[in-house]
Amino acid sequence: MSSRADVCVVACAEAFRGDGEILAAGIGGAVTVLGARLARLTFEPDLLTHDGVCLLTGDVPGLGQAPEVVEGWLPFRDHLWLVLNGRRHVMLGASQIDRYGNTNISCIGDWARPKTQLLGVRGAPGNTRCDPTSYWIPRHSPRVFVPRVDMVSGLGTDRGAFDLRRVVTNLAVLDFRTADGSMRLASVHPGVTVDDVVAATGFDLVIDADVPVTREPDPEELRVLDRLDPARTRDREVAA
Amino acid sequence: MSAEQVAGALESGMTVGIGGWGSRRKPMALVSAILRSPVRDLTIVSYGGPDVGMLCAAGKVRKVVAPFVTLDTIPLEPHFRRARQAGEIEFAEYDEGMFMFGLLAAAHRLPFLPTRAGMGSDVMRVNPGLRTVRSPYEDGEELVAVPALTMDVALVHMNRADARGNAQYLGPDPYFDDLYAKAAARCYVSCERVVDTADLLKEGPVQSLLISRSMVTGVVEAPGGAGFTSCEPDYGRDEERQRRYVETGVDEQQG
Repeated sequence: MSSRADVCVVACAEAFRGDGEILAAGIGGAVTVLGARLARLTFEPDLLTHDGVCLLTGDVPGLGQAPEVVEGWLPFRDHLWLVLNGRRHVMLGASQIDRYGNTNISCIGDWARPKTQLLGVRGAPGNTRCDPTSYWIPRHSPRVFVPRVDMVSGLGTDRGAFDLRRVVTNLAVLDFRTADGSMRLASVHPGVTVDDVVAATGFDLVIDADVPVTREPDPEELRVLDRLDPARTRDREVAA
Repeated sequence: MSAEQVAGALESGMTVGIGGWGSRRKPMALVSAILRSPVRDLTIVSYGGPDVGMLCAAGKVRKVVAPFVTLDTIPLEPHFRRARQAGEIEFAEYDEGMFMFGLLAAAHRLPFLPTRAGMGSDVMRVNPGLRTVRSPYEDGEELVAVPALTMDVALVHMNRADARGNAQYLGPDPYFDDLYAKAAARCYVSCERVVDTADLLKEGPVQSLLISRSMVTGVVEAPGGAGFTSCEPDYGRDEERQRRYVETGVDEQQG
């Protein structure tokens, strides 16, 4: 029996399908990191993964474990090089996202005098301009899925994003496969209805006549996940 | 020299670059000395961590130039947040890669370097100091012309240095400390331990000698001088001390 978090991890892993020999980068936390590692250990074996600090790992350790084999060194300066070079697909987070996939991690309210100061734009502008980018949003709500983000940190399809792949949330998978690059409901997770997603989204989604259900992990994927995350850290990260 | 002497060499209104990244290998002993000094109205250039938060909390900052301010394991730096939300400081927001190009430009004495990072984002809207440039070649692409992040002074913390300023990192990541040293008119290095020049290669390979004495004005021996931030392999981040700092805005071990 798989949990909602398992479904989310597999949906994140699927974001990396077909990527080949590039760095699959999660933002930390359990779900995105497990997604990259699961993809590498199953259907996308050429992916590069890292330890969350500055090592490219030759093996694929469990969450919080050090690698036994190191295949490369990726200090921050090379990470920033890699972003411009484009051989990287990252799953970022977002405090706000709009229908074209513009995202905000900088601040809420007026930038000049923010109501809430967040991180700052970090690498989101460069990531989205130069690399394939996906998003993981653990709490799908109208506060996050907004008509207009307060500060464009990551670029949407209407602002020259290089390649926005998918947005995985605790409720659904969304993508941008529409004529004008606006967000489409690609699948709903098992037990979630289309209406649930609509109610949790602060703008109109493109919704096809037949919305599929997000696939569940197969037995092999569940075995891999249990090895990578025996404490089930992933379940604590996902709002059901 | 002493941390107090470094702080005494600063003047109000200066632009100060601070090495490290987030809550990693920050020159906190030097930052603490600045807190105890009379200087103010500083412009801080940093991949920001508690250095930025502490200086903001003490009212030393006029402007922050940064792509983020974070404590890593605690994502949001509370004192920088408060200063921003109170409108107490100016903020020049950069993309991480764009910021590196600003350091590279300054280190190479170039007025700017072009990059794609930032194009199309609101960084260009909120940071009117950023301009664009068009490629003079066939592609004709419009790019961000990142201005050189030149500094009056750079402060970095390293694992080892000799007394003349040859400085060594022994951890896994150099961050950008060599670029800060090259981008600034003067660079002060604090280190865990001052060693004889002849001993530098006993602890690390020649590639670990990140900064040359030709770029260093003064060296401060400051064991534990990264404060609660990490200084691998000498010590990791002190999460308990970091939590106390979040609650109080001061690090009592450094005053």
